[in-house]
Amino acid sequence: MEVLLDVLISRVNYWVYIVLMMIGLYGIIAKKNLVKKIIGMNILQTAVILFFISIGAKKNATIPIIEHGHDAAHTAVTATHYINPLPHVLMLTAIVVAVATLGVALTLVIKVHQQYHTLEENEILERIREA
Amino acid sequence: MKIGGLILVVILGSVLIYGSLEFPPWGDPASPASSHVSPYYIEKSVEDTSVPNLVTAVLADYRGYDTMFETIVIFTAGIACIFLLRIFRKEETETRLYRHIPTGITLRIEKSGKFPEKSAAFERIDSVWVPHDLIVKTTCRLIVPFIQIFALYVIAHGHHSPGGGFQGGVILGAAMILYAVAFNLRSATRRMGERLTVLLCTLGVFIYAGTGVLCMLLGLNYLDYSALAGVLGVDPVTARSHGILIVEIGVGIAVMAVMVTLYYNLASAGKHDEGL
Amino acid sequence: MIWQIELLILIIVIILAVGALAVKDLLSAAILFGAYSFMMCLLWAIMGAVDVAFTEASVGAGISTVLFVAAVFRTSRRTED
Repeated sequence: MEVLLDVLISRVNYWVYIVLMMIGLYGIIAKKNLVKKIIGMNILQTAVILFFISIGAKKNATIPIIEHGHDAAHTAVTATHYINPLPHVLMLTAIVVAVATLGVALTLVIKVHQQYHTLEENEILERIREA
Repeated sequence: MKIGGLILVVILGSVLIYGSLEFPPWGDPASPASSHVSPYYIEKSVEDTSVPNLVTAVLADYRGYDTMFETIVIFTAGIACIFLLRIFRKEETETRLYRHIPTGITLRIEKSGKFPEKSAAFERIDSVWVPHDLIVKTTCRLIVPFIQIFALYVIAHGHHSPGGGFQGGVILGAAMILYAVAFNLRSATRRMGERLTVLLCTLGVFIYAGTGVLCMLLGLNYLDYSALAGVLGVDPVTARSHGILIVEIGVGIAVMAVMVTLYYNLASAGKHDEGL
Repeated sequence: MIWQIELLILIIVIILAVGALAVKDLLSAAILFGAYSFMMCLLWAIMGAVDVAFTEASVGAGISTVLFVAAVFRTSRRTED
């Protein structure tokens, strides 16, 4: 029982991220509306980013900005006192790229709407077959 | 479709949950992710670049290539948005709507009619339902300069506090978008036209890539900012700090211009005549 | 970090994600997605990723929502699922 509780406490964060990912993926697969699909894609993206950030977390560590004073330039820095900055860097750029891809995706949505006057996937397919 | 998707998602989720049992515990300092390359960044960053914010140091110096191509991805997205959506055909709308501000009367003027001259009494509006929102306009006019100053602070102070080119650029773009939402798209494009935004997109990427080429011309590797020591007149460590600032400014300009371009094209469906 | 707050925010995040996908009006979905992004930003601030939280606050909760609203305004609000 004790062991099970330990496993639960140390893993519950990861499980929540996996649930978020499942929600996003289900949105992409099952929703028919194109904007809903894009929202699902973004949820999936943020869940993956959240997972990456969480593997950089450290207990009893502070944010990755070195404490510094005017005279403390040469004090040694210990790696365990600071959170791992590498996942932050990779995911920071991923977020900004995510908004750029979101812009292109919404551009395509507007183009599709100009062509077929609907955003529902099944109606678009119907109109393609008619034409 | 829905049942199939649900089954697929549940199978994938259970596989991932099974995989998560092998993971190191949450927040373990000795996990593989934090025990190979990142201790070097944490311990040597101040010594190498004199930048206390590790994220900025790794982003723009150690992994400069990565960030440069991310900036190019954003640039490409802006250009793709213009190519897909922009309609260059100038078609003058049949009728224009004007509001006479002192009385609040809306005038509909046909194409053959005489449009009122630009004055304080008449205001061109996009559609009948646009309210006369003096409070919103005045508040935004007051707030926008402060947002821009904050954005410049975020870019310039990224070495010592959270922030940097991406965040500052997005906030600068948001200030312009706020202006466009509160007034209308025409007055925003008068302030910051399409040519200017595209030029700024290119300029931002050019500043980043040009810094790298300059380092190469001065005899060191691409994006090794310590080569700029002679040009800037400082020691190599401070030169790396200044080099980071230069590329952050480039990133900020590019991101700002791309965000504004995306908004202009999406809000007007490529026509650049009326926004939200 | 305080695990109670983190658990609360994780629950809110899941509710908002389900809500953004389930609601039948695209404008509401866009706004719920903005709220989702903001909660995500709080979660990252709790984990100590201040730069990422700052980016998400300006990008996810700011620009993304505006772009969604602009696209929905230019297309249609109606959806069947």
